[in-house]
Amino acid sequence: MKKVAMTGNVAVANAMRQINPDVCAAYPITPSTEIMQQFSTFVANGQVDTELVTVESEHSAMSACIGAAAAGGRVMNATSANGLALMWEMLYIAAGNRLPIVLSCVNRALSAPINIHCDHSDSMGARDSGWVQIYAENAQEAYDNTIQAVRIGEHPDIHLPVMSCMDGFIISHSIENLDLLDDQQVRDFVGPYNGTAYPLLDVANPVTYGALHLQDYYIESRRQLHEAHKRAKNVVIEVGREYGKLSGRSYGLFETYKMDDAEIGLIALNSAAGTAKVVVDEFRAKGIKAGLLKPRLFRPFPYLEIADALKGLKALCVLDRADSFGAAGGPLFIEVRSALYDLQKRPVTINKIFGLGGRDLGLDDLRKVFEELTTIVDKGPKSLYEYITVRE
Amino acid sequence: MSKPKGWKDLPEGGLIKEAGNAEEYNTGAWRSCSPIWIQANCIQCMFCWVFCPDAAITVDENGERGDFDYLHCKGCGICALECPSKVKSIVMMSEAEGAKPDALEKAKAKAVKMAGEKKAVKA
Repeated sequence: MKKVAMTGNVAVANAMRQINPDVCAAYPITPSTEIMQQFSTFVANGQVDTELVTVESEHSAMSACIGAAAAGGRVMNATSANGLALMWEMLYIAAGNRLPIVLSCVNRALSAPINIHCDHSDSMGARDSGWVQIYAENAQEAYDNTIQAVRIGEHPDIHLPVMSCMDGFIISHSIENLDLLDDQQVRDFVGPYNGTAYPLLDVANPVTYGALHLQDYYIESRRQLHEAHKRAKNVVIEVGREYGKLSGRSYGLFETYKMDDAEIGLIALNSAAGTAKVVVDEFRAKGIKAGLLKPRLFRPFPYLEIADALKGLKALCVLDRADSFGAAGGPLFIEVRSALYDLQKRPVTINKIFGLGGRDLGLDDLRKVFEELTTIVDKGPKSLYEYITVRE
Repeated sequence: MSKPKGWKDLPEGGLIKEAGNAEEYNTGAWRSCSPIWIQANCIQCMFCWVFCPDAAITVDENGERGDFDYLHCKGCGICALECPSKVKSIVMMSEAEGAKPDALEKAKAKAVKMAGEKKAVKA
């Protein structure tokens, strides 16, 4: 183990170097560019055995990944925003074919207007594609999640592609201190590739991937995918625990921060959770029982466990760095509010959509949210969901 | 056909693990028109075998064609079109007509009309 100072992107590229995948497809896009740029240096230096396929679009990148994974290779890739959007069709095919590809999604806003900065509209749009989605607060978590994603996706109980997300620029381009495992530790942890029992290169046992399923079989195939997602939760817990033994950093379905006796709480994905922790501490210092829940696993969404962790709250605000236009709130809010429905006593729950296109989320913004939460327990919310960090 | 499998018994990811299993799929059920083979007219030119987009023309060990494999013939009619017009040993009939006992007789009459030579049909 060694302490290093790295950007989130370089940390992820180093995780990939240590994993040493068989195939990577590269069509870099801001802000994920640096991952493949750094990784291509590792390839050129002979530090990895990876076949780096330079393709002509993200659609081709994911297609190359699908072919390589079906052939029997361990496959990784990285993208952002419009790049992920162009992969859309192939994301569903990767999941439907149950190919454990690992994709680093460096979260960035989707056009229009064109923007290169952080929000979660890219990965949130892919939430129904059948991929496992894991979110990271900082570069350390992005590094740790990348290594665990390999084991999660390849687990024989699920065989699913995994999207490992971190905030564009805020994390991808900020230099942070973090601990890297030794190369050998990572290679031992991920082990030999075992992601499919039926690789296409096993010519003695020919198989067909991607065959037509009409009214007679399509729904059975999707029902299988549904079941794999049900099993994924336990796989994430198991891998997170094992990774904890190796690194000293254990991971679960989500992180709770001062939630045990909390009366008002926030839910936030990724880097916003770091900001929220500071404000929780401030309110705790004032004697207000504030807490934070940071989801790590968003797909599958661990709704029973999250509802259980929130059941003691009187008021809750879900922070969404993406809108689901026309819906009753942002994508995270919709999930959380649905999860709370079966509780006997539910907290008053509101939603704030913030930080689209990289707009800063300041401490003051969250102070105002917590102050609002202290008032809505008795009076009720003035609005179910609204934008913050926006000029009126 | 065997009973369709439930989701628990299907191979993961809709994988097909058996090679060459298209033979087990009764694509003949898609047919709305059937080709009828008039053996007496057939000169074994094998055009039908060449042009059949499936493998619905059966061929025996002597290399001669036999009757259609109706489990796999989708009724596209290409064989009837390609069958040499002087001979016309293949004609298309609707499924309902083709299933009747006198289908062969009707086919022969149709072939005669199409070939334009009554003597082409011997039997």
